[in-house]
Amino acid sequence: MRTGLNRGLAEMLKGGVIMDVVNAEHALIAEAAGAVAVMALERVPADIRKQGGVARMSDPELIIAIKEAVSIPVMAKVRIGHFVEAQILQALRIDFIDESEVLTPADDQYHIDKHRFAIPFVCGARNLGEALRRIGEGAAMVRTKGEAGTGNVVEAVRHMRAVQSEIRRVMMAPDEELMTIAKELGAPFPLVQEVKKLGALPVVNFAAGGIATPADAALMMQLGCDGVFVGSGIFKSADPARRAAAIVQATTHFKDAERLAHISRGLGEAMPGLEIAGLTATYAQRGH
Amino acid sequence: MRVGVLALQGAVKEHLRAVRRLGHTGVEVRLPEQLEGLDAIILPGGESTAMRRLLDKAGLLLPLQEFVLSKPTLGTCAGAILLAKRIEPSLEAPVLGVLDVTVERNAYGSQLDSFTCRGDVAGLQDFPLVFIRAPRFAGLGPNVSVLASCNGQIVGVRAGHTWALAFHPELTEDLRLHEMFLRPE
Repeated sequence: MRTGLNRGLAEMLKGGVIMDVVNAEHALIAEAAGAVAVMALERVPADIRKQGGVARMSDPELIIAIKEAVSIPVMAKVRIGHFVEAQILQALRIDFIDESEVLTPADDQYHIDKHRFAIPFVCGARNLGEALRRIGEGAAMVRTKGEAGTGNVVEAVRHMRAVQSEIRRVMMAPDEELMTIAKELGAPFPLVQEVKKLGALPVVNFAAGGIATPADAALMMQLGCDGVFVGSGIFKSADPARRAAAIVQATTHFKDAERLAHISRGLGEAMPGLEIAGLTATYAQRGH
Repeated sequence: MRVGVLALQGAVKEHLRAVRRLGHTGVEVRLPEQLEGLDAIILPGGESTAMRRLLDKAGLLLPLQEFVLSKPTLGTCAGAILLAKRIEPSLEAPVLGVLDVTVERNAYGSQLDSFTCRGDVAGLQDFPLVFIRAPRFAGLGPNVSVLASCNGQIVGVRAGHTWALAFHPELTEDLRLHEMFLRPE
């Protein structure tokens, strides 16, 4: 079993920033800015949102070019339930697969049985039950779903707070209440027991979906996440290299307000943001 | 002892937990002033390229270099890369450059090549060895001794008070190596 090794890789990413990149040039900018990993994809979520259509796994050629350009871990996305896209990414020998709601789901009922793979997976979750279902399926890491491509952090905050408050509830509950809690959460009972014992998720939990500024990254860190994904927020901004470096700094020095004030200065325009209420498609509703 | 753990990024909590379980005081180090009063420091696993940037931006590069030259230092995985005088592929300049070894980054390949095994480390028998996108050591200088080998590769080295490991004792429940590192000489 590679569970320990795969969860271990996620541990090494903690306190870091994972950046969406669409070509080798972006990947090099991300690495130089101090990203701990890059997510290789054809279009950042903001463009997927704008252009519409079915969003699928990226062309292997693009993924290979990015893998050859950088020395940090390379991740790539597959559609929810699309286990053949996952087989292909594993055959490309990348480091991590994101079974992601940002792509158009291939299966509206079931996620990938991630235990069948040697490669680690990260999955999105809006609450504790969803996180534990994904971990039960074999995810080595979870992240908030947030609402990708909006530059609006509100959904990521909602999801992180939901996970944290449900963990607190599990921790406070006497053992005889755990089965009912597991039933209500729709979560595997042994994982609910483990959450009570650890006082935390058994895997690393990152923030994702709508993070656009150093302050957003620090907010998510102060709310208790282990690190952040930044998708459209970097390469849809006016000065990607500077903003990327600033978000990396903010994720490390997340409690140091004076340093955050310095880091946040003069970064140029952030990506344009979207109100959640005005969206025609909410990605967070994909997969349960 | 007051033991610092470089807390820019990576497996910081795991090292702090090991330090505290052994009855020492664990201190997170993100800024130069946090090095004051420490008896030893641990440089954790993570991504060495990210740590390099963050060390530089935090003004920590020179103060940390000075500290590790005089105090007990343990580098695991990325932490070992920070310590090495030579990094392969050689496009990369050394970071702290205090340990006379060549370290090859990602020596085994991608995450699919990450592995575990057991072996002897510095006289500790049957120690669990966890390698995650691990580096390996070569070109040891005259003052550098081998602490551990695995499958014919050098995976742990020591020069005086400076220890470097390609694996992750902090991801296991085995505290023997931390205990040995922090034992007063």
